[in-house]
Parts: sequence; structure tokens; C-alpha cells
Amino acid sequence: MTDRKTIDETDRLIIKASQAGLALDPRPYHVLAEVLDLDVDDVMARFFRLLDMGVIRRIGAVPNHYRLGYHANGMSVWDVDDQDMSDAGNAVGALDFVSHCYHRSRHLPDWPYNLFAMVHGLDRAEVEDKVAVIEDLLGPRAKAHEILYSTRILKKTGLRLVA
Amino acid sequence: MMDGLDRKIINQLQGGFPVCERPYAEAALMLGISENNLIERLDALLANGVLSRFGPMFHAEQMGGGLTLAAITVPDERFDDVAEMVNSHVEVAHNYARDHKLNMWFVVATETPERIFEVISDIEAETGLDVINMPKQEEYYIGLRLDV
Repeated sequence: MTDRKTIDETDRLIIKASQAGLALDPRPYHVLAEVLDLDVDDVMARFFRLLDMGVIRRIGAVPNHYRLGYHANGMSVWDVDDQDMSDAGNAVGALDFVSHCYHRSRHLPDWPYNLFAMVHGLDRAEVEDKVAVIEDLLGPRAKAHEILYSTRILKKTGLRLVA
Repeated sequence: MMDGLDRKIINQLQGGFPVCERPYAEAALMLGISENNLIERLDALLANGVLSRFGPMFHAEQMGGGLTLAAITVPDERFDDVAEMVNSHVEVAHNYARDHKLNMWFVVATETPERIFEVISDIEAETGLDVINMPKQEEYYIGLRLDV
């Protein structure tokens, strides 16, 4: 094994072979080991290590929001004072209806927003209700906000290792 | 159509799937169903598109790569052409049209952090448009979970 902070070629092979999903076989890690000609104990040890390192966020089901009826996808963006960012971000990120929450750089004068919170809803009214909850939570810490709804998916391939 | 068991599976299995010899059996036990039943349900949920994937979700930056969100203000009459130029880059993972002056938003994921800047300047050169690069400074991540 290499040091804990990096991934090696074998890790990359495991990532590439599992990024489309695990086999729906009673022993999916054995299937992976067989495909890659590795020892299954090594494969499982590497999964634990990758989880521990945060390279794997989690293992499980990835729902398709749109297919579940969540037709409104709103990216809410907020102008938050820099000194309040950490508290504000943690509070918004803790809301169970916020699927992603990031601090990103402003690009003044065109783009004053520095906190991004993704909100899904069955329709725009539901997204707006949820965004109102965020607005209450942030209070005076947020000077302005907008909701950018997605109107079309132009590409969606997911994050893939290409090499 | 999804039934109560499908919902329970989706709600309880968005993370924490075990790493062990018989992980479906272990997860099924928590759901109070059989291993075979869980595998069949997941197979059907994947086949009808309710689940887009079942397996590990990776964190691109932790693999040593680059990841950013970028946006362009695209004139309406050029929208489809510009989308094609942007999408032709394999490093562009997602691209969404959004109802704002900044109307095209895409995620760039690269094998190395430096490569982000090359992809963005290539897109600027090809389209003749400014790309606003908004890398994340911090992520407030509690646990991605969708209740259905």
C-alpha cells in the first residue's frame, strides 16, 4: 500500500471498474476482484481505505431526482458576508432538503454570490418554499439571493476517470 | 410504479452500503427482506431509471484531480452551438441551461488541478466568450439524502 494521502494504480483500476456501479451479485466485491484479477481481501481493504480518505463519499443508491418527480431544480445563490460564511454554510448545509452546499468565489461586479445551495422540488413553488426557509435561517447574514432554475440538461455523464 | 418497499430501500440505502462478503444480505437484513428480494428490487429501480446508479460515489478532488463549476453568458442565437462546443470536452461532466443572464452552467472535472485552466481557456478560445470559473472554497456537506 502507498501512503494514506494518495491513490495508486490499483485504486484507480478499482475506481474505474466500479464507477458505473457495483454488480448486482450476492458477492459484488468478489466480482470486482475477479474482473481485476485481485485478491478480494485487498479489494475490500482498499474500499475501507478509500472511504476513510474521503475518495469514496459513500456507497449506495443514487436516485434520479427527475425520475422521482422532482422536476424543479433550483440553484439558490446567496451574497453572504465573508466573516459569516462558515456559520451560514454549516447551517444551510445541515438542512435536509439541501443536496449540495458550497462556498464559491464572487466575480464582481457581475456575480456577487458566494454561497450556493442546491434545492430540488416537485415544482417551483416547492423550491421557493424551501428557499424561504434558507432566507429565514440566514436572516441579515445574506444581503441578496436569486434562484437559478435549470431549464435543460445539456450534458450529464457524471464524473469519470478518463485515463 | 414505486411501492413502499422501494421507497424504504431508496431512503435507507443512499449511503452506508457495507463492504463485506455478502453486503446485499447485510443490507437486506436491516430492511427486513431477503438478499434476493433486495437485488431484484435494485435491478428494477435501475432498469426503470428511478436510480441512476448503485455503488460508490467518488470525490474528484480527493483523487488528486481538479473540479470546478463554470458559467458563460451565451447569446440566445448561439446557445446550441456553444453547448456543442462545451460538451465536446470530455472533461465537462454536467452542463445545464439555467434561466439567468449567465445561462450555461457546467462542471469541469480533470485528472490534474492544472488541467482545469487549460480546458477553460480552450473553451474561451473556441467560443470567444468569457468563462467565469467558480471553484469551491469550501463544501458544507452533511449527508446527501433525498426522502421519497
